[in-house]
Amino acid sequence: MESLPWLILGLPLLTAAVIHLGLKKYQSLSALVSTCSAAVTLILTLVIVSKGSDLVGSFIWASFANFEGIEIGYEFNQLARGMMLVVTGVGFLVHLFSLAYMKEDSALARYFCGLSLFMFSMTGIVLATNFIMMFMFWELVGLSSYLLIGHWYQKDSAADASKKAFLTNRIGDFGFMIGILMLWGITGSFTFDGISSFFAAGGDAKTIVPSTTMFSASILLIFMGAMGKSAQAPLHVWLPDAMEGPTPVSALIHAATMVAAGVFMMVRFFSAVGIETLGSVWGPDLIAWIGAITSLLAALMATQQDDIKKILAYSTLSQLGYMVMAVGLLDPEAGMFHLFTHAWFKALLFLGSGAVIFACHHEQNIWKMGGLKKTMPITFLTFGIGTIALCGVPGPAGFFSKEHILESAAHNGQWVLFGIAALVACLTTFYMFRLFFVAFLGDSRSDNADHAKEVGPFMSVPLILLAIMAIFSGYHFLGGYIAPLYKPFELHLDAPAFIASISAVIIGLLLACKLYWNTKEDPLAEKGAFKLFRNKFYFDELYAKLVGYGQDTVAAFIHFFDELIINGLIVGGFSRAAGGVGRIFGRLQSGNLQGYAVLFGLGVLLVIYLTVFVS
Amino acid sequence: MSILLILIPLIAAFAILARVGKAKSVATVAALATLVVGLGSAFSWDHSVWTLKLQVLSKPSIHLALGFYDGMSLVMVILSVLVLLTAVMSGKCPEGREKLWYSSILFIGAGGLGAFLSTDLFFFYAFHELALIPTFLMIGMLGSGERKEAAWKITIYLALGSIILLAGLVWLVSASGSETWLFDDLLASTISPDAQSGIAALLIVGFGVLISLFPFHSWAAPAYASAPAPVAMLHAGVLKKFGLYGLIRLYPMVSTGMQDWLGWLIVLLLCNILWVGFVTINQKRLDMMLGNSSVMHMGYIFLAFAALIEAGSFEANPIAKPAAVILMFAHGVSIALLFMLTDTIRRKTGTVELAELGGLAKAAPRLAFLFGLAGMASIGLPGLANFSGEVLVFLSGFEGYKGEGLGCVQVATILALWGVVISAVYMLRAYRQTFQGPAVDHTDSDHVKDFGPLCQIPAAILALALLIVGIYPNSLLQFLDETEAAPAETEQASN
Repeated sequence: MESLPWLILGLPLLTAAVIHLGLKKYQSLSALVSTCSAAVTLILTLVIVSKGSDLVGSFIWASFANFEGIEIGYEFNQLARGMMLVVTGVGFLVHLFSLAYMKEDSALARYFCGLSLFMFSMTGIVLATNFIMMFMFWELVGLSSYLLIGHWYQKDSAADASKKAFLTNRIGDFGFMIGILMLWGITGSFTFDGISSFFAAGGDAKTIVPSTTMFSASILLIFMGAMGKSAQAPLHVWLPDAMEGPTPVSALIHAATMVAAGVFMMVRFFSAVGIETLGSVWGPDLIAWIGAITSLLAALMATQQDDIKKILAYSTLSQLGYMVMAVGLLDPEAGMFHLFTHAWFKALLFLGSGAVIFACHHEQNIWKMGGLKKTMPITFLTFGIGTIALCGVPGPAGFFSKEHILESAAHNGQWVLFGIAALVACLTTFYMFRLFFVAFLGDSRSDNADHAKEVGPFMSVPLILLAIMAIFSGYHFLGGYIAPLYKPFELHLDAPAFIASISAVIIGLLLACKLYWNTKEDPLAEKGAFKLFRNKFYFDELYAKLVGYGQDTVAAFIHFFDELIINGLIVGGFSRAAGGVGRIFGRLQSGNLQGYAVLFGLGVLLVIYLTVFVS
Repeated sequence: MSILLILIPLIAAFAILARVGKAKSVATVAALATLVVGLGSAFSWDHSVWTLKLQVLSKPSIHLALGFYDGMSLVMVILSVLVLLTAVMSGKCPEGREKLWYSSILFIGAGGLGAFLSTDLFFFYAFHELALIPTFLMIGMLGSGERKEAAWKITIYLALGSIILLAGLVWLVSASGSETWLFDDLLASTISPDAQSGIAALLIVGFGVLISLFPFHSWAAPAYASAPAPVAMLHAGVLKKFGLYGLIRLYPMVSTGMQDWLGWLIVLLLCNILWVGFVTINQKRLDMMLGNSSVMHMGYIFLAFAALIEAGSFEANPIAKPAAVILMFAHGVSIALLFMLTDTIRRKTGTVELAELGGLAKAAPRLAFLFGLAGMASIGLPGLANFSGEVLVFLSGFEGYKGEGLGCVQVATILALWGVVISAVYMLRAYRQTFQGPAVDHTDSDHVKDFGPLCQIPAAILALALLIVGIYPNSLLQFLDETEAAPAETEQASN
């Protein structure tokens, strides 16, 4: 048993290395090897989940005298088991789906190599026993995401999107590292065990840490890492662009697993510190607000997107905001539970959109689809299940987890946050049914949509399996055993959360029906505030200006100054003076070597003279 | 035995000058032999076998004393032999200049190895000077672009730096009252606090010029851009580490004096990271960008040194020295690999102007992979050696922080961390511009051929070194651990 986790961690890396070094020329073999590796890790994870016991192991990665050392290790607790199941479960299905979706691609081996590298990195995050290890794998998922977004690197848009994703994440990681260092100073440890034993006494933070301001700052800085990875405003701009990557990648990395890593990391961190202690500092409140704002902004932007993947991307942002809000409200169970259910239905929706895009010859504009209900019945049905799960219609999984988040806002008396969350739930239903009505119902609006055919079994089987999970993962008989954290649902017909979530769904659905049932174009396009939503609140333009006028101008100015002043005047004068001296000696014999030799000879004379003189 | 490491390249260099055998083969065999001896010494490391001490001058008492003074020397020697071999194997020697080309490379290698192996201050200094002469020659005679100007500039800077350094060293020896110039004797002696301050200033400026500490950095980028690839690899990869090695080696003697300059040093190192970082972002040529990035990354090693100064001794901040040494190794390997590959790009496409490149990954996937790996290493991606060094540097900056107000070294560390974003910006921009996007005329597969399996061997050696140290830094740290005891004892004796 003890070696199984090493296998789960190591196998995908080995697979990636073997594909890169030996199998590059054998495209389909690479695909097969990578898929088998994903299947094996899924089976091993299931074995560990079925045993249900905690596993711990580690080796020393870096150590020297008088230093505690940095470990690489694994800790298979309940949180990690549930998360691993999501990673390997969705991961395997995405591998399977990719076999069909990517079969025409000329760089299939590189693609699967990237997927395996991702599986390795993500596993590392889930199993990490300490913050340094977490940070390492954190950056490595960033790398695999970079590689996969840029899979079609010859397209300028893909190359730019991958760069943007990496750089935005780096900004988050800048804060993350500072946070880790500060927390290390405060608690004297970067292992989760060490942090947890430092806070073991519990109670008010004031009695434990030297300075609550510094403690709050370190929480927020660590959260900055989560803001990058989980794309929270204002670092959210990379995620919609990341849709340049192949659609199965969007399903796995940019919907179900990697983007949820920020939430996972915060939950891991918060459970080590203890909820009671966190309640006495102000850091988490701000986190909840950032989550709520992201969730609202993203939902508004989603209402005016036309690209099927972009709608889902903004929806992912919005749902991540939900999870972050739950974490900030110090209800990690609700956040993790929503992460768990969301992983299944959002992966389902993305793969569904992949099936649609595949069938429609890479058409991504929903206004050029329509009528897919008839031609693609399995996709239609499973996508429908995903949609109602995401909207929180009672029955499928999304309802239960969303309900918990609304409830914890109500429970904390945060009524503004509660209001935002309810509004977002309403918007979610609205934009999802807009997508659903326009793409799947009505008449087909282009040749591509006309000729769409239902996808083959490699693509439909993952859809069906994910649809099953999207329905049942919220119930106790399934979620209660395999979810990272589970919270049982209790029905109270008069609870504000219940009333709000039901009415949000109804209002959203009615609005979507009224506006988008059987329409040929968007009635809201370019109208008032909707123009703002369509243009994503001009975040991208703002940042482009910021980078253009800010960073690049500063860089150009500094470069100029460096050349002119440092090089030209200050140091230049100094060196010209020296050069003059050199040239006086160099008159006799011209050239660099001789000039230098004179100086060198002078130096030697100086040594001898000074040494003799002093002694 | 350790003299072998210097003699092999020296004798080979003279053999080449005397036209014995084919220059390239002689150089390759010699470099390979040096690598074998160097790595062999790492694994069969025994002080007594590897030490040599010969008095060459009685007044002042100077010894030709060689040996691995501690693990830091060993790591630097491993770095030197790796870069020496790969430098010999890379670059393209102009027709008819083989003698100068290969003998210079070997002289530089021998000088670098000599400096890291010397346990006598005089030879430590002299070997480095020996290595500089062929460096200047090569840039001036076989360089590209504005080679004359670049060669003259680096010569003046480094000669001046060397003289300032020499003054500092001479003062250090005389103030210590030591009979000899041997490290052992010097480190066992004490220097009065008044003299320490002045010596420390001379050492910081003298070594600083050699390391391209701001504002003495402007020689570096043009020199590396003009230098033939092997020279850029050896200087940026190996010789530049001489200054850092020297600062750390002599630090215990002037630990009090250094504290007077801590504030200044922090300002300068932050300029290295942030100021030069912005200069790097603004570069339009791949080679100039890499040259500036190498200047920038020196700031991180200085940061570890600043943390050491603030703590006051190796024991008070046990992370600083290992952090600096790992990062020195990692930076040396990664920058050597980057210069090697940039030269390959120049030869394959005829340009290193970023605006004229694009889409090279299609025609040369192996080249793109290796460059990507080296670039990712240099911006500190985990799993590659530089991250192991950088994370330890950042930890060393926060060593001793107890969760209250931030000290100056902590603030410096936080500001330095922004450099991690800056380096990602310039490196990914350059990679995007060179390898991604649509291919242009001279970068498509009709004009450019990828690395053959054999040609990528030198690059693969360096890439492997980056991976090993990145995946398991204890592979190098173990050498540092074992030896920590010896210098620590002498230092306690000096207190």
